[in-house]
Amino acid sequence: MNFKKLLTLSVLISLISLPLLAQSGKITIAGSTTVLPIAQATAEIFMDSHPEINISVRGGGSSVGIASIIAGTADIGDASRHISTKEIAQARENGINPYENIVANDGIAIILNKNNPINDLSLSQLQSIYTGKIQNWKELGGPSLPIVLISRDVSSGTFEVFNSIVLSGAKAAESALMLASNNAVATTVKDTPGAIGYAGLGYVTDAIKAIKVNGVMPAKQTIQSKEYPISRTLHMYTNGAPKGIVKTYIDFILSPEGQALVEEQGFISVD
Amino acid sequence: MNKFKETSFKSVTYLASLFTIVFLFAIILSIFYEGIPIFKHVSLIKFLTSPSWHPTHFPPDFGILSLIAGSFLVTLGALIISIPLGLGSAIYISELAGPTSKEILKPVIELLASIPSVVYGLFGMAFLSPLLIKIFHVPTGLNIFSASIILGIMVVPIISSMSEDALSTVPKSLREASLALGANKWETIIRVVVPAAKSGIFSSIILGFGRAIGETMVVLMVAGGAAQIPKGLFQPVRPMPAAIAAEMGETVIGSPHFHALYGISIILFTVTFISILITEFIVHRRKK
Repeated sequence: MNFKKLLTLSVLISLISLPLLAQSGKITIAGSTTVLPIAQATAEIFMDSHPEINISVRGGGSSVGIASIIAGTADIGDASRHISTKEIAQARENGINPYENIVANDGIAIILNKNNPINDLSLSQLQSIYTGKIQNWKELGGPSLPIVLISRDVSSGTFEVFNSIVLSGAKAAESALMLASNNAVATTVKDTPGAIGYAGLGYVTDAIKAIKVNGVMPAKQTIQSKEYPISRTLHMYTNGAPKGIVKTYIDFILSPEGQALVEEQGFISVD
Repeated sequence: MNKFKETSFKSVTYLASLFTIVFLFAIILSIFYEGIPIFKHVSLIKFLTSPSWHPTHFPPDFGILSLIAGSFLVTLGALIISIPLGLGSAIYISELAGPTSKEILKPVIELLASIPSVVYGLFGMAFLSPLLIKIFHVPTGLNIFSASIILGIMVVPIISSMSEDALSTVPKSLREASLALGANKWETIIRVVVPAAKSGIFSSIILGFGRAIGETMVVLMVAGGAAQIPKGLFQPVRPMPAAIAAEMGETVIGSPHFHALYGISIILFTVTFISILITEFIVHRRKK
């Protein structure tokens, strides 16, 4: 009798859990600290509606994200830059085929102190400023005030994108203050009259001012249309096109609900 | 039974001391193991003497002279501030203060040591730095000067409490002899008590130096982080611990940049190790 009860119970349990089991599992995500808030916010909501799937999210930086895809230690590698040809070759050697999923757009705003009258700079002016060729705001038609360069740390993804678009490979001046976070950059620009800095669009507040680059203001439309020159796409790399639960998760990020979460984190939706 | 208790107590404490030695050697081994590979990419001489630190540029530059300069300059500044303040308060507490002010001052100075370094950093970033811009009209408030002030305040309790210990162990008979010979209180302190305690005072300064050069959070937040050889007191610098802390989180493990950061930690470790050796040597000589 007891045995029969047990049997019915186990049959019942398996009947209920079978459709769930087909989709259960674990997803590991590692990489860019810029993409990290997107991964965290979407994973949290996703796990609420898919309790059988467990997602663990780690930071580490874009290079770490791509390295963990190459090494096969993560299912998704976050990166705020594109994979390099060298990294693709390394992946091929390991039999891995990195696949780029664009999950968000992001613009890097050039920020100045509120009292600075400058409102528009060109990319080449920015390059001259950041390589140390222009050292005073009066050379740009501003007040006579030494320019204080503020940059992000050399290993951050934001630095990498700024470096490739604005500096196009030239070395940044050694007098640049290298700060550890978008927030530290914003705070320092707020407190320093002659400062120029750069940060993700989500960090621009009323206490500082974002300026036009090549005559274009950083905003949702100009970043989506790539009109604003210092914009980038944020990526989640997978091994081959996403399959199974990874596909379910990435589809969720790209759904209207997921993209709303992306915007909530201060980024710009994909389309 | 008593014998058993004694041996087991002895072995437990022996094991505890063994553990710290094991940890120390594990740490030393790991920083050398991860740091030495950088010298396949850059020679030790170039690593130490080139001021160009562009670790993620292509091709990368791994020269840490500007980081070493940053570390030593903020530490020197911190000592210039903390030695007079620390020594002065130690002399006052040990020699001049009445029992009540002694009872208030001692714990208050020790309280200074219990403030977390990130709080010091926040204070420097949010309060001191904007203030410096207003007062001195300097372009940036994150520089050698502000980092030295904050580090100096942090080191005061170390110098003060250790020097005070050294001063109070000077035998009373020495003071009495000096006073009996007609010296006044001031002359007694400067000519007799301080010279008698000089090895203790000196080791407190060396310890303060070690604390300042190894401090990470404050220099990360307040020194500005520019990897340059500074041309003035109000220029930003990037001390060694700040570079390690800021860059380690986002480098790929096993890359040349990763090994270079461990290379910096070898240099930093060597500097603090030498400073501890000097203190030990002084204390040892005093005991003889």
